[in-house]
Amino acid sequence: MEFQMNKVVDSIQQAIKASGLKDGMTISFHHHMRNGDYVMNMVLDAIAQAGIKDITVNASSFFDVHAPILDHIRNGVVTGLECNYMSSLIGKAVSEGILEKPVVFRSHGGRPSDMEKGTSHIDVAFVAAPTCDWSSNCTGRIGKSACGPMGYAVSDAMYADKVVAITDNLVEKLDDISIDGKYIDFIVNVDQIGDPKGIVSGTTQITRDPVGLRMAENAAKVIKASGLLKDGFSFQTGAGGATLAASKFVREMMIKEGIQGSFCLGGITSYMVQMLHEGLFKELLDVQCFDLDAVRSLSEDSNHKEITASEYAGVCCDSAVNHLDAALLGATQVDLDFNVNVHTDSNGYIIGGSGGHSDVAAGSKLCIIIAPLTRARLPLVVDRVVTISTPGNTIDVLVTQRGIAVNTKYGKNKELKQRLIDAHLPIMEIEDLKRIAEQYSGVPSPLETSDRVVGNVIYRDGTQIDTIKMVLGN
Amino acid sequence: MRRSMLFIPGNSPSLLMNADVLGADSIIFDLEDAVSPAEKDSARILVRNLLRRFDYDSCEVIVRINSVDTEFWTKDLDEIIPFHPDMIMPPKTNSEDDVRLVSQYIGTLEEKCGMKKNSVKLIPLIETAMGVENAYRIASADERVAAIFLGAEDLSADLRCKRTKEGTEILYSRQRLVVAARAACVDVYDTPFTDVNDDEGIRKDASFAKALGFTGKASISPRHIDAINEAFSPTQADIKYAHEVMNAIEQAALEGKGVVALRGKMIDAPVVARARQVIEMEKAIYGA
Repeated sequence: MEFQMNKVVDSIQQAIKASGLKDGMTISFHHHMRNGDYVMNMVLDAIAQAGIKDITVNASSFFDVHAPILDHIRNGVVTGLECNYMSSLIGKAVSEGILEKPVVFRSHGGRPSDMEKGTSHIDVAFVAAPTCDWSSNCTGRIGKSACGPMGYAVSDAMYADKVVAITDNLVEKLDDISIDGKYIDFIVNVDQIGDPKGIVSGTTQITRDPVGLRMAENAAKVIKASGLLKDGFSFQTGAGGATLAASKFVREMMIKEGIQGSFCLGGITSYMVQMLHEGLFKELLDVQCFDLDAVRSLSEDSNHKEITASEYAGVCCDSAVNHLDAALLGATQVDLDFNVNVHTDSNGYIIGGSGGHSDVAAGSKLCIIIAPLTRARLPLVVDRVVTISTPGNTIDVLVTQRGIAVNTKYGKNKELKQRLIDAHLPIMEIEDLKRIAEQYSGVPSPLETSDRVVGNVIYRDGTQIDTIKMVLGN
Repeated sequence: MRRSMLFIPGNSPSLLMNADVLGADSIIFDLEDAVSPAEKDSARILVRNLLRRFDYDSCEVIVRINSVDTEFWTKDLDEIIPFHPDMIMPPKTNSEDDVRLVSQYIGTLEEKCGMKKNSVKLIPLIETAMGVENAYRIASADERVAAIFLGAEDLSADLRCKRTKEGTEILYSRQRLVVAARAACVDVYDTPFTDVNDDEGIRKDASFAKALGFTGKASISPRHIDAINEAFSPTQADIKYAHEVMNAIEQAALEGKGVVALRGKMIDAPVVARARQVIEMEKAIYGA
């Protein structure tokens, strides 16, 4: 016990020194604290104070709270970024060319798989840990900064050369652990690792927008008509207004028909927790909590289970996404080959990233994209998406407010299409949806970009599927 | 088929653009109460441009203009009629004179625009005590009138009573309008249920309106549309029985029988008429 406590160092500066961090190395962070995370900024400030330069930061996601990293980029402390998702504030700076090196965009499943394969190496992982015990075990379930699971940090802890756990709650012994203490090299106890209120995402509320609700209802009808909605049904929905709203309609159908599903997967919200408590699903498999009700449920309900990013979506194992019946996902653009863009907006600016999008699309039996046909006066369906985030051959159905397109382009889904027609759903070709969208918004001028690459999109199998170019005028 | 009519504020571009996908049989672009006086011009232009630009193929389009005692109603019609809405809803219709005033003005515009005479129909909104008393005269005032519509919010203010969810205070007016409309051979529409979050309440209110004889019901919330459509649609049992009636009639005709019985009951003309209505609705809802 005393030996383990020797891992505790007085400050982040000391941990950096002890870890052997040097110029040119790669460090990593997880994003379970989402927009409430304090740890990345604290660590980068300490690295800058130590005079270390040329650092690559591999974070599972960057949020707006991490905007101070832009100053570290300008000062040469940070020269490379790798992530699965990047919110628009940092995305804008990257799109305008703040970094010389392109950002490496992976997926939630691709990131741990690349670490396992050794194609992504982490020198020092900094793990925000809501609670640590004297044996260095970590959990996100309890503590004043509880965030729920710590699934995205597990591969970092297992494969990084050195691992620093940064906590604001050091306790004697933990029963349920997220990360085994054997992977932790140093522990730093700080005042506060984050603000749990920042975990709650504005996109985790069920929309009241009538158009969004209509799309959500149609998406639920697609699931029902597909024949997958029966006992043992497994389900994942993204954190977006309309996709989340579809859960409401799926729930009502399950109650009406007395269906008990097997598991709900993914980022978990209070709505999924409610469905678990109502007995509609046997388990929640939770890689990330999207609100504080979900955090509470994880610590209280044994059927609400924490999983790692690898178990969620990894490529090197038989991950949970491969057992999904239906998944509902969003999109900023969809093209005529059903390729989906969730990385960039229509002007080419980075506003997101795959997260688990391409993993879930690849693994699920029925992958439904829900999106309004026009957004900000621009059409959803285009000839070619600005960025391919998720390849079209993994998408099955596109649901918009004006019609539903079934992807039969890759020799699949012919039976599904007939089932949806028989269910009187408004089925049309994706070309028709594009034409209707353009009636409303006109045909947008082709996007012109610089030749300089600011991002490389790496698919979950490790291959590069697209590049993101610098926006013009910079 | 017009079971549900959904009000859309005339100054809300995003809702106006998507009005026809919200499940309502008819959409009412509102230039009256939903639009403040300062926005009357911009809303009128917005609605006009939408009608010019888009085909609301799957929906009937109704425009609620401002009432004839305002300065806006002729401007509303000047802008809207050339783009051929299906119907105009004049609010606060008190008498047959109000109907004729609007109808004549529309007629002038139809002629000016080379449109077919009487191609734009009227659905007068009755929402005053005087309007209720004159309901039959309003319903039969002009051949443009295709339906009448009860507005209970203004009416209850005029009656000096509290508007309640149960609607006891408007029961007489509801029944009066149903009788007036049926006597004039036009359709009749019930007032919106205004508690947007009460799903059970809208179901009860719509079913009650259906039981009173209304053709359908208006709504101020897209959330209520499905409940209204359900209440005013034939059930599967209704559809099955209607087909049995029509089959029995056809069979009897083949066999040269004059009197037809089904399940031991004689099928008379009203039963056949009702069966035809149900089958027409079935086709409209589910397609041929």
